[in-house]
Amino acid sequence: MTNEAATIGLTHGGSEDTGLGHRGPESKSIVVPYGFWLFVLSDMVLFSALFATYATLVLATDGGPTTNQLFDRNLVAIETIALLVSSFTCGLAIIAARRSNMVWAQAWLLVTGLLGAVFLSIELYEFAIMIGEGAGPQRSAFLSSFFTLVGCHGAHVTAGLLWIGTMMAQVWAKGFQPHIMRRLLCLSVFWHALDIIWVAIFTIVYLIGTLP
Amino acid sequence: MTEPEAEQMSVAPGEPHDSLLSESLSYVIGLGLALLLTAVSFWVASTSVLWGPGVATGLVVLAIAQMGVHLVFFLHITSGPDNTNNILALAFGVLIVFLVMIGTIWIMSHMNANMGPTPEMMNLHTQRG
Repeated sequence: MTNEAATIGLTHGGSEDTGLGHRGPESKSIVVPYGFWLFVLSDMVLFSALFATYATLVLATDGGPTTNQLFDRNLVAIETIALLVSSFTCGLAIIAARRSNMVWAQAWLLVTGLLGAVFLSIELYEFAIMIGEGAGPQRSAFLSSFFTLVGCHGAHVTAGLLWIGTMMAQVWAKGFQPHIMRRLLCLSVFWHALDIIWVAIFTIVYLIGTLP
Repeated sequence: MTEPEAEQMSVAPGEPHDSLLSESLSYVIGLGLALLLTAVSFWVASTSVLWGPGVATGLVVLAIAQMGVHLVFFLHITSGPDNTNNILALAFGVLIVFLVMIGTIWIMSHMNANMGPTPEMMNLHTQRG
């Protein structure tokens, strides 16, 4: 079987793997994050629908406030940096966890969570001000789509914060066992993906929305 | 075949490199590039030096570049053979995202341009002030 496969050029780099499922399925440490990667990609497809809705409705202000009147670039810059640095510290937490360093893994996870909380607080503050000015989601089609898109991202960040807290507790209680490491890796994929979606939001919604 | 060899056939998305220096360096480079691209985005959006109508397109290009930086340096999606599954899934995701976004924007802008809105549509759909 193997020789036959080698003759017709089906082996990888001299190994006995035929590339035809000969080895059986990959280990769980590969399959689980891969499945989670598929979920994250489907989540991005969901966001693409929300972006498309927003782009279609951004001018439908019904005489109400427009993007230029509502958005504050300074707040967005702080949000962006907070989320970007939290993505970085999330990676450092994984590095520490892979070396079973409890103190640094917990510390970096905590910093990640705190920066995520900073991001979320600023977002909620912005929402509260807008709603206080009468620019809530019921004001116009533009504002409905804005709150759906940005609120959906904020809901993901909230879920991520709960997940970070859960993982800190699990790492503390159970140590760096293989199944805990898989969950940590999935968490980091989720958190990095949130930052990727935020790049699209701050560009399309906030920067393009506040061009002169 | 030995076990370590088997593990090198595929890599999970987000799985960092093996040596402490190279994997830390990956995150530091990623952070630096992402900060740079963010700063350029904010500068491009506020400067009056550049040709106005082109700024929005430039911002989209910068955003796509930054997403690439995140994918490569934070999620460690590479073009290596151990990443084939991850990158194929990503390619399919990107295809669907572009179909949904560009398709919607294209169709809806043509609808707006070609179909004069009736008064009811003004109220129900476009709400343009």
